[in-house]
Amino acid sequence: MASILDFAAAQKPIYHQERPSKTGLLDWLTTVDHKKIGILYGGAGLFWLMVGGLEALLFRIQLAKPDQHIFIGDTYNGLVTMHATTMVFLAVMPMIAGFSNYFVPLMIGARDVAFPRMNAFSWWTFFAGSLTINASLLFCGAFPAAGWTGYAPLTTSEFSGMPIDFWWAGLTLLAVSSMVAGVNFVVTILNLRAPGMTLMRVPVLAWMMLVIQFLLAFSFPPITVGLILLAFDRTFGTVFYSTNMGGDPHLWQHLFWLFGHPEVYVLILPSMGIVSEILPVFTRRPLFGHHAVIFSGVFIGFVGFGVWGHHMFTAGMGPIADAAFASTTAIVAIPTGVKIFNWLGTLWNSKMTFPTAMLFAISFIPMFTIGGLSGMMHASPPLDLQQHDTYFVVAHFHYVLVGGALQGLFAGFYFYIPKISGKMLDETLGKIHFWVFLVGFNVTFFPMHLLGNHGMPRRIYTYPADAGWNTENLIATGGVFLMTAATLVFVYNLLTSLKNGKDAGSDPWDANTLEWMTTSPPPVHNFDFTPIVLSERPLWDHKYTPGFEIPVPEKAEEIHMPSPSWKPMWVSASAGVIIVGLLTFNGVLGIPGWPLCIVGAVGVILSVYAWVSEPV
Amino acid sequence: MSAHAENLIHDDAPGHEGHGALSENNFLGLPNIKLAMWAFLGSECMFFGSLIGTYFFYHGNSLGGPLPKDVFSIGITSISTFLLLMSSVTMALGVDAMKQQKPLTARTFILLTAALGATFVGFQVFEFHEFYTEKHLALSTSLFGSTFYTMTGFHGTHVTVGVIWLVIMSILITKKKLVPGKEAVNVEVMGLYWHFVDIVWIVIFTFVYLLEFLK
Repeated sequence: MASILDFAAAQKPIYHQERPSKTGLLDWLTTVDHKKIGILYGGAGLFWLMVGGLEALLFRIQLAKPDQHIFIGDTYNGLVTMHATTMVFLAVMPMIAGFSNYFVPLMIGARDVAFPRMNAFSWWTFFAGSLTINASLLFCGAFPAAGWTGYAPLTTSEFSGMPIDFWWAGLTLLAVSSMVAGVNFVVTILNLRAPGMTLMRVPVLAWMMLVIQFLLAFSFPPITVGLILLAFDRTFGTVFYSTNMGGDPHLWQHLFWLFGHPEVYVLILPSMGIVSEILPVFTRRPLFGHHAVIFSGVFIGFVGFGVWGHHMFTAGMGPIADAAFASTTAIVAIPTGVKIFNWLGTLWNSKMTFPTAMLFAISFIPMFTIGGLSGMMHASPPLDLQQHDTYFVVAHFHYVLVGGALQGLFAGFYFYIPKISGKMLDETLGKIHFWVFLVGFNVTFFPMHLLGNHGMPRRIYTYPADAGWNTENLIATGGVFLMTAATLVFVYNLLTSLKNGKDAGSDPWDANTLEWMTTSPPPVHNFDFTPIVLSERPLWDHKYTPGFEIPVPEKAEEIHMPSPSWKPMWVSASAGVIIVGLLTFNGVLGIPGWPLCIVGAVGVILSVYAWVSEPV
Repeated sequence: MSAHAENLIHDDAPGHEGHGALSENNFLGLPNIKLAMWAFLGSECMFFGSLIGTYFFYHGNSLGGPLPKDVFSIGITSISTFLLLMSSVTMALGVDAMKQQKPLTARTFILLTAALGATFVGFQVFEFHEFYTEKHLALSTSLFGSTFYTMTGFHGTHVTVGVIWLVIMSILITKKKLVPGKEAVNVEVMGLYWHFVDIVWIVIFTFVYLLEFLK
């Protein structure tokens, strides 16, 4: 291997902006650079991961022994609700958005996303939403406590107080943010690919991101409608969820799970993509069944819209609906199995190396498979009737979301942070993180299978000593401390690496895809020249396959980069004012809401006008 | 670039020219903004699908009157429906004028479209007022009141947003910030949105209003 990554010989591009970038804090507030927005998303995700983890730690302490009274009643319910809401919407989704923002344009050889200012709008709207949900602690002294699924009529004003208003308001903002991001990235991935990058040459991670962007764009509207109806019930006295006016509790469940199940695939598919990127690099061979992995991901995305009813087998939908949803759910096992066997095929008989990224990627496979298999049990209505709302379900989705999604994201962090910071993470600390986390995770969640089968229901704050659940609960709580310790090791590793880490260089892993061809961290314009893609593994073939060198253009490219802008934040802030206006419409916080709504609406119109008139 | 590389690209990649500015970069040969609008309209289908679905989920479940048949007056709604449909004609003429490099003609049609849309919203306000004061149907009266006002209200909001958009576009044309040629696509994309909102109304008018009177 020659020093073949010597793109430095290429002419430096001439790049210009309408208005120059600012520096320091102003730059972060007005940035439209996908890399900076990616870092913002990722940082926010890690922060909320800590918060969500702390919430879990607190309620696991409560459950460690029988008959404890540390966090009881609505405090306990609030911790459980916010643990799930935080982990799903504020931790894992923004971390995915972070990877998607930072790496999708790099992977497809683009300079930025299709709509950079819309991207900033998504980020600021997410930011406003995350603060709104948690603001209930500040204004009401309590968390929303109706479970992350927010089943109406439990969430109507008859049964739930003010914190739920913060919950629907924040989630509505997050839904808008995700929907806009979905549209933006669909266009980015379909339209901004480098020349020669046909759909089958798009890296698997970018493919999975494409699938989830469709899921985001099409699955968020139902929950937006559900949340709007809830907001109207609580604010304007509509009767959607009011059973004494003929309202049907099924309505919320249908709207929520029509969003909720595609959402599950939004959480897992990116991790599958990350694993599909990492395994080939450290086995030094192409991904086994590359096309099958892509198509199965697309198939999972499609089927994801037809399985929501399996969350409602106990809700009384009737035998025909139950049977239909049972079959569609069972079908999901096929594309998932295809992926698992392709990963195993990639590993089989290969000469592997085991850096931390690879360890997480490998352990993703069995941990996710355990969660997938217990998931298949729930596809069967009779079994599900037994397991519904027991700890068996809790064990199932934590194996999928922690053993699967989160481990995949950790793998992604170890693999990709050198590209973001230019510094390697420490491998020793990384391996400590991995092993402690893996053990802690299994110690926490494996006993929950047993607890569920012994009949322990979810969402109870304590249990009697003679129920036979004592040992498993104590073990599970112990495991949470291990997971906490492991995560702290990771954060320490991350922070110290920024200062002391070894220089990564552009291609520390000898990898396959375009993002490794540019410097670490990449320049604002990503690539000095637009790469031309000649194969599925453009960088690998550039290095090792004669005749597939990425051609370097002779003359320098002229690049126009989008200018920084305040307008996305203005629109987000105005939208936030509308939401706060609705939230306080009846004057609950001592301020009448309707003037805020008007101010917000006028603000949206004016800032959109400023947005479209602004030269980019 | 080697001949080998040239072949590899031309075998697979359709129509690739300059790739300097972001806006020029498009792999599918479809402008970014148009693709974005189609994706957004897909999302909107799910939005209105959920709202209209909710209406039918609760159809006939109201515990008390007034019922749809008691409040709808097909005559008046037919007039507003007709006006909204005509606004699609003027919208199409506006898009066409913009493509033919006639910005002032386009502006006339855009403003006409906005006027027709605003008239439709006016009819809706009148209808809501009538239902509320004469027929005693409020948001909180029954499931019908809640679902009907929310569904048609969100449609009306979409028309209103469209009217604001049309007005902003005509201002931009007047100020010569929106010139025909490359930016004609912006008017076309607005047209896509407008036609979509129209189609949603056709669905609502047919299934919510007219089917009520089917024996």
